[in-house]
Amino acid sequence: MTLTAVDLSLTGRLAGVSLALEPGTVTAICGPNGAGKSTLLEMLAGLSQPDAGQVLLGGVPLDELGPRRRAQQLGYLPQAHEIAWDVPVRSLVELGRLPHGDRRVEPVAAALAALDIAHLAGRRAQSLSGGETARVLLARVLAGEPGWILADEPLAALDIAHQLALLRHLRRAAQGGAGVVLVLHDLAHAMNHADRIVVLDRGGIAADGACEDALDQRVIERVWKVPARWIGEAGHRALVAG
Amino acid sequence: MTRATLLFAALLALALPLSLMAGRVWIDPATTPNAALILGELRLPRALLAAIVGAGLGGSGAAMQGYLRNPLADPGLFGIAPGAALGAVAALWFGYAASPWLLPLFALLGAGGAMALLAAIAGHTGGIALFTLAGLMVASLAGALTALAISMAPNAFAMSEIVMWLNGALTDRGWREVWLAAPLVALGLAVLWRAARGLDALTLGEAVARSLGVDTHRLLWLMIVGVALTVGASVAVAGIIGFVGLIVPHIVRPFTDRRPSQLIVPSALAGALLVLVADSVVRVLPLVTELRLGIMLSLLGAPFFLWLLLRMRRGLA
Repeated sequence: MTLTAVDLSLTGRLAGVSLALEPGTVTAICGPNGAGKSTLLEMLAGLSQPDAGQVLLGGVPLDELGPRRRAQQLGYLPQAHEIAWDVPVRSLVELGRLPHGDRRVEPVAAALAALDIAHLAGRRAQSLSGGETARVLLARVLAGEPGWILADEPLAALDIAHQLALLRHLRRAAQGGAGVVLVLHDLAHAMNHADRIVVLDRGGIAADGACEDALDQRVIERVWKVPARWIGEAGHRALVAG
Repeated sequence: MTRATLLFAALLALALPLSLMAGRVWIDPATTPNAALILGELRLPRALLAAIVGAGLGGSGAAMQGYLRNPLADPGLFGIAPGAALGAVAALWFGYAASPWLLPLFALLGAGGAMALLAAIAGHTGGIALFTLAGLMVASLAGALTALAISMAPNAFAMSEIVMWLNGALTDRGWREVWLAAPLVALGLAVLWRAARGLDALTLGEAVARSLGVDTHRLLWLMIVGVALTVGASVAVAGIIGFVGLIVPHIVRPFTDRRPSQLIVPSALAGALLVLVADSVVRVLPLVTELRLGIMLSLLGAPFFLWLLLRMRRGLA
């Protein structure tokens, strides 16, 4: 099912953003601080309301879908790694089944296996390292078998090895048919790992398209106001900025 | 049934008959004259009432800590206990103490008033931070009005009655209070139980809970109604009994997997056990007048709280 933003506006945050997102692909949302990336992601997840415009899932407005059906389709991973209680990892991942109202074990086991964390299932959440926590929280999303994975800065606070591993897991989810939308600060990761990049600037879309076009160095200079140059080959780009 | 539920249910089943025998006079059902009368009319209702009040406070404490995602939360934070106390104080102020139904009725009205005020301020947004602040303000407003009632008491008798009543107790309570509190506390606990899965989802924060389809607005209402019923009923029959809702979840938590949903039932059982034991102890203590249960629990609770803070500080350092 496609996820479509139609003319989303929120005073001071977003000004008429329209996007049609395709399942099975990885889309990166990039932009300077305050450009409205997290706001847009929250709206796509149905967690905050625009002043004007709407989000459609398979042609149906999210408001009309109801919280439960929306939750079955849209998996949301916030930037904050908040885990209030020292619960077992397995019960955290099982929360992903909440929108379905079942306690099926197969999706939970599959999510743990997909992220190579089956061995952590019995551990306590607060005993995990940052990299392990990130994978457990993504497993919670996967356990719900959502059609869409919407993640806000999933790579923040991870070392490079864990960043690449997490991107690999997200790519695998997209190959499995899910639509993946990531807010990313690291432009090189966006360039190398996304299928499509949406650049936001001051609440509007500054560029949108295939990675090499949307994150062209002229776009970077215009939006981020820093001189920048891509080096390396496609798929293995590095950004030299400043 | 979980391990914690079984454990505290077993302890409660053990403590209840012991509590019936304990008191200024130790009762041996075989030899004590009028044992059946004393047990049936005095000690059994008092023991049951202790268990009911404790269950309400313990269960709502566990739900509150889950809802606010804070191990230091207490049902009193919502302002519902002070609201109920204010209602009861008003009944005493107007000299209605002699009427058996008016004081608890006023206390329930006070709890309902605090609940309505909370809902009016924070009910529309469903936000936890706003709700906590509103609860604190309702609590301090009710506290100020209670202090005002004490300072402007019509006579010394009313004043001493109010002050005595504010230090909760189960002295001279009977079946009437049991029948009043039992259905309200049971209903309140059932409402809080409905919130359990939502509380589990809140472990990952409010945004994730909403993304999982949890209706945070409904959750807020379940919390308000559940806490108002359990705490309002407890204050109506026993006065202010602090610290139970705060302490009990901490005692229970290590016996569970720490999910908020797994804490509610065993905390209700452990709360029943704690208040039952504390009330038995105040009866047994060889003092000229019986120590008030509320004072007893605060004497236990405050050092426990300090120990908790010390342990947390070590954890944070």
